[in-house]
Amino acid sequence: MLNEIQKTLSNNSPEELEQLAARAKTLKEQFFGRTISLYAPLYLSNFCSSECTYCGFKSKNRIKRFKLTDEQMHQEMKYIADEGIENILLLTGESYKVTPVSYLKEAVSVARNYFPSISLEVHPMHENEYKELFESGVDGITVYQETYDRTRYKEVHLSGTKADYDFRYHTPERAARAGLRHISMGILLGLSPNIAEDLNELYAHLRFMEKNYPGVEYSLSFPRFKPIKGEVFEGSAVVDDITFVKIICLTRTLFPRVGINLSTREPEAIRNNILELGITRMSAGSNTSVGGYTLLDQEDQAPQFDIADKRPMKKIVEMLKIKNFDPVLTDWRRIKNEYA
Amino acid sequence: MNITTQQTIQDTPLVIGDKTFANRFMLGTGKFKNKADVAASIEASGTEIVTVALRRIDIEHHEENILEYIPQGVTLLTNTSGARNAREAVRIARLAREAGCGNWVKIEVINDSKYLLPDNEETIKATEILVKEGFVVLPYVSPDLYVARALVKAGAATVMPLGSMIGTNKGIKTKELIQVLINEVDIPIVVDAGIGAPSHAAEAMEMGADAVLANTAVATAGNPAALAHAFSLAVKAGRLGYLSNLPHQKDIASASSPLTGFLYDS
Repeated sequence: MLNEIQKTLSNNSPEELEQLAARAKTLKEQFFGRTISLYAPLYLSNFCSSECTYCGFKSKNRIKRFKLTDEQMHQEMKYIADEGIENILLLTGESYKVTPVSYLKEAVSVARNYFPSISLEVHPMHENEYKELFESGVDGITVYQETYDRTRYKEVHLSGTKADYDFRYHTPERAARAGLRHISMGILLGLSPNIAEDLNELYAHLRFMEKNYPGVEYSLSFPRFKPIKGEVFEGSAVVDDITFVKIICLTRTLFPRVGINLSTREPEAIRNNILELGITRMSAGSNTSVGGYTLLDQEDQAPQFDIADKRPMKKIVEMLKIKNFDPVLTDWRRIKNEYA
Repeated sequence: MNITTQQTIQDTPLVIGDKTFANRFMLGTGKFKNKADVAASIEASGTEIVTVALRRIDIEHHEENILEYIPQGVTLLTNTSGARNAREAVRIARLAREAGCGNWVKIEVINDSKYLLPDNEETIKATEILVKEGFVVLPYVSPDLYVARALVKAGAATVMPLGSMIGTNKGIKTKELIQVLINEVDIPIVVDAGIGAPSHAAEAMEMGADAVLANTAVATAGNPAALAHAFSLAVKAGRLGYLSNLPHQKDIASASSPLTGFLYDS
């Protein structure tokens, strides 16, 4: 597998990339049709006890920290729901203390008023905690290993819960055992300069999950490394557009039925053009600051990462229709989640 | 001379539950690029049964509601897409009925996201429960005689065996097993999944299947409505072929009786 990945990444033939893209497009249409699902992220809290050298939320950063109250959650969620979003991703920094399971459950119970489908991207937890969250209405989780290169992982995750590579690695298994329907995995492309090896490990991790927990719907994300407020991060590799397209196409051909997410960190031109190549889900109209939708002015916001595609939801929907895609907002009807 | 089908062969309508249908082609509504294409494909094919995933029905009308694109008179077959076990399928079916989608349900229980193969055992359980609650149940299964018999016993309205895996367009790879169901099961057999071309649909009907359901091929075609029409024609052609007792394929010429001719020589 590593050979195949390396071969694809180092192949500079535009003709062969075009052929790979054609295979990816065909598979995407076969298994997902001409549809793109839409979701939005909502940052609940930026308190963080982890020290990840590349992250805007890291504990040493002197940013204004706060977490949403019930009332603020209602306000932010209502805004997002009014935009048409039915699939919400709730995010926090990694702080068990400030955003424990009880706080997350509170957020989920507010979210249930607005969204049929709720996912979390928060600190890794134990199986019984995931079970509790599943039963309270959480359908999926997102947990990126960021990099599978242990040495690099240690270099950039200095302290806090995120410094524990193995606990993080086994998170998808704990979530799957707890009954969650969707698990999104991924790497921060470029964090480790050895992209091919990182991809190879990610694919192996996904294969392991598919084999052992076949009932879960999996998706992958490939966020490219972005500077925070203009600062370029040391020791990371830059993944250019051609490499990025190769990764999306290769992933689609290797995992025809796995979802591939695309966030607003990618600029408009890329987002518009790689839809055909295997993307199944994209965020739209996103804000990555706590309180960023309705509570804070732009200059007071402390985003986790800078957004490149700032188009509002309606513009994304318009673009999708013009490109002959069905923008899917309604894709789940809440049923009681019951631990099997 | 103008010979109509009625003059040549008398077909009986397809009976499912308490309804009869002249058209034996069913259409799925997932994967289309827009809802206008769904409506055009329904119209062009003349299909009388359309399946929609409850998860995709926007009952609260945030966006365009797919149901508005399905004409009156077409039977809505809600499916339980997203259910991973019998309990979830039952919950989804009940929600569909509460939401006004009627009591026809196609049970899809899929607990394998890689192959999307149905869980037959859980499907039987869901069928048992939903039939008792008054649903007309069309279960989607991997073709298996014992499973089909259990579904008949549970009160299923049809058996919907897969031709090949969902979305693959590979045609009827499970032919031998589906033929057994056609031979042995007395409720309608609807071949579903993997039907990628009109010729596949015709093949299923020639085998004696009662109906065919297609989705991916139509939804992702350059001209969905035209392909839906072609599917409908192929289903009709295959059905006529079956009713006309189409001659079996022969591997050798049969003009003489080389093995038993001696019996009559004297």
